[in-house]
Amino acid sequence: MAMTIHVDIVSAEEQIYSGLAEMVVAPAEEGDVGITARHAPLLTRLKAGEVRVKTDNNETLPFFVSGGILEVQPHVVSVLADRAVRAKDIDEAKAIEAKNRAEEMLKDRSGKIDYAKAQAELIEAMEQLRTLERWRKNR
Amino acid sequence: MAVGKEIRVKIASIKNTQKITRAMEKVATSKMRKTQARMLATRPYSRKIAQIIKHLAHAKPEYKHPFMIEREVARIGVILVSSDRGLCGGLNSNLFRMVLRQMRRWSEQRIEVQLSVIGQKGSGFFSGIGGNIVAQAARLGDAPHLEDIIGAIKVMLDDYHAGKIDALYVASNEFVNTMTQKPKLEPLLPVKVDELTPELQGHWDYLYEPDAKEVLDDLLVRYIESIVFQGLVENNACEQAARMVAMKSASDNAGKLINELQLIYNKARQAAITQEISEIVAGAAAV
Repeated sequence: MAMTIHVDIVSAEEQIYSGLAEMVVAPAEEGDVGITARHAPLLTRLKAGEVRVKTDNNETLPFFVSGGILEVQPHVVSVLADRAVRAKDIDEAKAIEAKNRAEEMLKDRSGKIDYAKAQAELIEAMEQLRTLERWRKNR
Repeated sequence: MAVGKEIRVKIASIKNTQKITRAMEKVATSKMRKTQARMLATRPYSRKIAQIIKHLAHAKPEYKHPFMIEREVARIGVILVSSDRGLCGGLNSNLFRMVLRQMRRWSEQRIEVQLSVIGQKGSGFFSGIGGNIVAQAARLGDAPHLEDIIGAIKVMLDDYHAGKIDALYVASNEFVNTMTQKPKLEPLLPVKVDELTPELQGHWDYLYEPDAKEVLDDLLVRYIESIVFQGLVENNACEQAARMVAMKSASDNAGKLINELQLIYNKARQAAITQEISEIVAGAAAV
């Protein structure tokens, strides 16, 4: 059996997942990172995207996080998400609506909008949809 | 026979009140379970974040974030968490009393206080007595989200960065158990890290992406937010528990009152009947 590592995925409002995993893939700010057991201690910010947990019985569990912080200790990985949902719980209609709204806002060239905020919203909605799509394909 | 009509009306109205308090008690009981579950669900996050900050303090004792540096205190910010609704016993007033007492102590030391208030009861009370409220958030419901209170916290953090306040406190109710809720006032900023434990010291450091300062910046803001949020959900659980207890005693009191009134009513009715009979008898004897 491969070495396993303990994973906790928590958001400010609830604990999403806690258990053992062979590998965790997370969207770090400077590119996706894959963490296995005995990884060096690491502390990084996460951007919006998909966190995949490969469990010890070879399942892959996808989660969506809207950003947050990843902490790695040799035997523990903690994902402190701003907001996190399991891929299957993503509300597709809401995500599409958010995406459309953000796109509308970005089209508005009058300079009245908060450009950075709209962009962040757009990225978040698109990442949610992508996570959902991948989960459906692999199911 | 129109004996004690006022008493009967009174009994009926108390019975109606009792129905309402009973219903509120039941609602509070069921909500209390949910709010308690929510309170427990937020704990892992704040515990984790506290742990990481402790690690950081061990790994990088020489780097001091502005949030960790103690300064001389001339002005204090307080984030006050209260409930949106009343009818929950002394929950809010106990908290306000404690905060007021502390504010008086601060003003004796010539320290100014500014407030950021979460919950309608708090903003009503403190704007009524002329408190310096710089931010507020209200009507958050039973399932509040972190986003709802970020604004109220950010105002305080920005003021701390700008040097407008030198310390930050959070005031909320602590959930001891269903019967007891304790008001508490806790320091948030500057962040105090516990004693350094020797076995963790100096052995290792994190790899930082992008760099230590930025990550720590983010982390500390989230830490403060998570503590305040935890205070909020805990206060919610307190509110429901306090309301349940208050409504239970209100229903009990209404029951007692009804019993007493019923007794008085029965006595009056009996007296009236007795009087009527004796009148008839006296009348018959006279014939």
